[in-house]
Amino acid sequence: MSRIILRRLMELVPTLLILSVVIFGLQRLLPGDAALAMAGEDATPELIASLRAQYGLDRPLPVQYLDWLGSVLQGDLGRSLRLNAPVGQLLIDRLPVTLQLALMSMLFALAIGLTTGVISAVKRDTRWDHAANVSALIGISVPNFWLGIMMILVFSVGLGWLPASGFTPLSEGLWPGLRSTLMPAIVLGTAIAAIIMRHTRSAMLQTLDSDYVRTARAKGLTERRVVIRHAMRNALTPVITLTALEFGALMSGAILTESIFNLPGFGKLIVDAVYNRDYEVVQGVVLVTALIFVFVNLLADIGYILANPRLRE
Amino acid sequence: MIKAPIALGLTLALAATAASAQELRIGMRDDPGSLDPATNASFVGRVSLQSVCDKLFDIDPQGTLVPMLVESWEWADDKLSVTLNLRQGVTFQDGTTFDADAVKWNIERFKTMEGSRRAAELESIDAVEVVDDHTVVLRLAEPNVALLTQMTDRAGMMVSPAAYEDSTQEAFESAPVCAGPYSVAEYRPQEVVILEKFEDHWNADAFHFGTVRFVALPDSNVRLLNLRSGDLDLVENVPPADLPALEADGDIEIAFAEQPAYEMIMFNLEGSGADPDFAEHPEVRKAFSLALDREAINQVVFDGRYSAGNQMFPPTNPWYNEEYPVPARDVEAARALLAEAGVENPELDLLISTSPERLAVAEMMQAMVGEVGITLNVLPTEFISMRQQAADGNFEAYVIGSSGRVDPDLNISLTLRCGTANNVGGYCNEELDALLDEAKSLSDDAARKPIYDQIISMVMEEQPVVYIHNARSAYAHDADIEGFRTYPDAIIRLDDVRPAD
Repeated sequence: MSRIILRRLMELVPTLLILSVVIFGLQRLLPGDAALAMAGEDATPELIASLRAQYGLDRPLPVQYLDWLGSVLQGDLGRSLRLNAPVGQLLIDRLPVTLQLALMSMLFALAIGLTTGVISAVKRDTRWDHAANVSALIGISVPNFWLGIMMILVFSVGLGWLPASGFTPLSEGLWPGLRSTLMPAIVLGTAIAAIIMRHTRSAMLQTLDSDYVRTARAKGLTERRVVIRHAMRNALTPVITLTALEFGALMSGAILTESIFNLPGFGKLIVDAVYNRDYEVVQGVVLVTALIFVFVNLLADIGYILANPRLRE
Repeated sequence: MIKAPIALGLTLALAATAASAQELRIGMRDDPGSLDPATNASFVGRVSLQSVCDKLFDIDPQGTLVPMLVESWEWADDKLSVTLNLRQGVTFQDGTTFDADAVKWNIERFKTMEGSRRAAELESIDAVEVVDDHTVVLRLAEPNVALLTQMTDRAGMMVSPAAYEDSTQEAFESAPVCAGPYSVAEYRPQEVVILEKFEDHWNADAFHFGTVRFVALPDSNVRLLNLRSGDLDLVENVPPADLPALEADGDIEIAFAEQPAYEMIMFNLEGSGADPDFAEHPEVRKAFSLALDREAINQVVFDGRYSAGNQMFPPTNPWYNEEYPVPARDVEAARALLAEAGVENPELDLLISTSPERLAVAEMMQAMVGEVGITLNVLPTEFISMRQQAADGNFEAYVIGSSGRVDPDLNISLTLRCGTANNVGGYCNEELDALLDEAKSLSDDAARKPIYDQIISMVMEEQPVVYIHNARSAYAHDADIEGFRTYPDAIIRLDDVRPAD
């Protein structure tokens, strides 16, 4: 197991380097720069030029890149020109928001997706199965934006149960924290629940048809034990992969959902940064989310091994 | 079926209103960016700063210049200097005194600080002389009566010199110290700016809320939902399409600002990317203007809420030139103008930013000018990319709007004077510039009016730009809020705004 972890970490270094060069280069290909974006509506060319000089944007690109890389290696991710704060601080401020939202969405998705997936596989071709399939299709098809607005209309405007926007960290109390992320977590989790349900169902169908499940049944095990201990455990591998991928995606931010509910997470940070040519913020967010992605996939690898003893050598 | 929940919701909302009666929550379209008046460059920043940093001058709801930190002023006859008598007994939020030295220090900082966005706005000031503690004389390089209106905005916002010098530029941009009715308690980028009342403000009794929150909510639907759920009390920038539904809601009131805003097509007249058919023939640009049915655009895209105007001022504005009323659409006349210019089937590439409303306007214009024989290619482009292309002269025409400036000089000179920053189309008419200079040397509006009429007639004849409409800013607020007034600069002012009894 430690060999896998070590190999993953070794792969990380070139991945991040290549990624940073690509992101740096792609951003500079966009017309306009941070100075133009910052200068405002009635800016004179002199002002734009002076801002360019002030922030070092007039230097050759390789010099700017190496300068940035040097700072990053010393733990300094740079400064947001638009939001007037160190990039490291912005990321630290937003990590709890994104993490809380991602965890809650994933828990919601797993709870709904796994249960309905297993039930519809076990009750194949019954009305339970059909109902679950139709719900999953709806879940995948509904746009986040629409679902979010509808939930605000019902639960905030109509019923007044949940706040329409804003973020309260869990550290300020379990219920206020949950309340502020409940609707966005459901909005984000719905599509993922549907995807997990469909994958769980097909994986379960495969394992339920396999020889060892027939053997288990033949040994006279209860159906409950057959499904949970034998079939589900083997069906989990693809679901773990999927969960890791989806969780990684959630951690890189959810721009639409964050905007609807005014949650200051990674998604809002990076999209605004791209529009405003806030280069160091974009680079910082990409770097950190790439790290998280690799880390989550590492956890998934460990998860496979725990779920499937055959991978343990 | 949902009557009971709505009743329950209302009860909860009422309870919430009572509990937070001293807090006003305002939904804004964006984050303010830097809160230092010297480096701020956004409309949302101007709105937040209005309540934090008092200015030398302000405007009243009619747009007339009124005292703020300056109690009275007097222009010299040659308009090359103006004496400002400062309000006494004003303190900054750090307890230091506002005086003539502070005014001099602030203006010099605006003019000389690296990265100051105000340097160009205060360019005409040559020197600031302190006469005594409460009297300052501004010496100008050239007559410029528009300068005082410029100081009703960020260029007139006074910060505490002592607090600035104790702080760093970075820290000051998140927590400025000024002489306004509220101080910045917390600024969470992209989320909220929280203000707390400054009890020692010279006019503190006029401000009725203990706390004000400016919440950044980019999506207009979401802003309105937050207003209706009671999470916000006031929202700005309400899209016209949402107004009918809000007007039907008895718990919400709507207000409009009568601002001199305009939306226009700027033609590239001399840059590398210019289209010769449009650049060289004013008749072709006039034909384009005559082909437009401005009222139809206003009705279809803006629910008839904007002004279907043809000048940089809306038809209701006192500076509007009545001799050039909004032209009715005239396809025959437009075709005749094209024939007169000897141009057949001209084609124009139009850059526009990717807002849904702008796209809708562009598509209507495409159909309208198409009937005249002009092919309009609409090129939606992300905003900063578009500005870069425009600045490089690499475009044929582009659509740009302005929220408008209260003094007529700024509403014209920033885009039409030879060589100014926003004049990327390269229009240059020295006669027009001379008229602008003349108008700036007169402090009497009645004397300025005929000169601006003449300027507008030149613009209408040469049509370096074609104005499409004049926007009006709409606000929506809870009916429980009283005393909200609008101003022609569209900035939200909180004096006298209070919870209803």
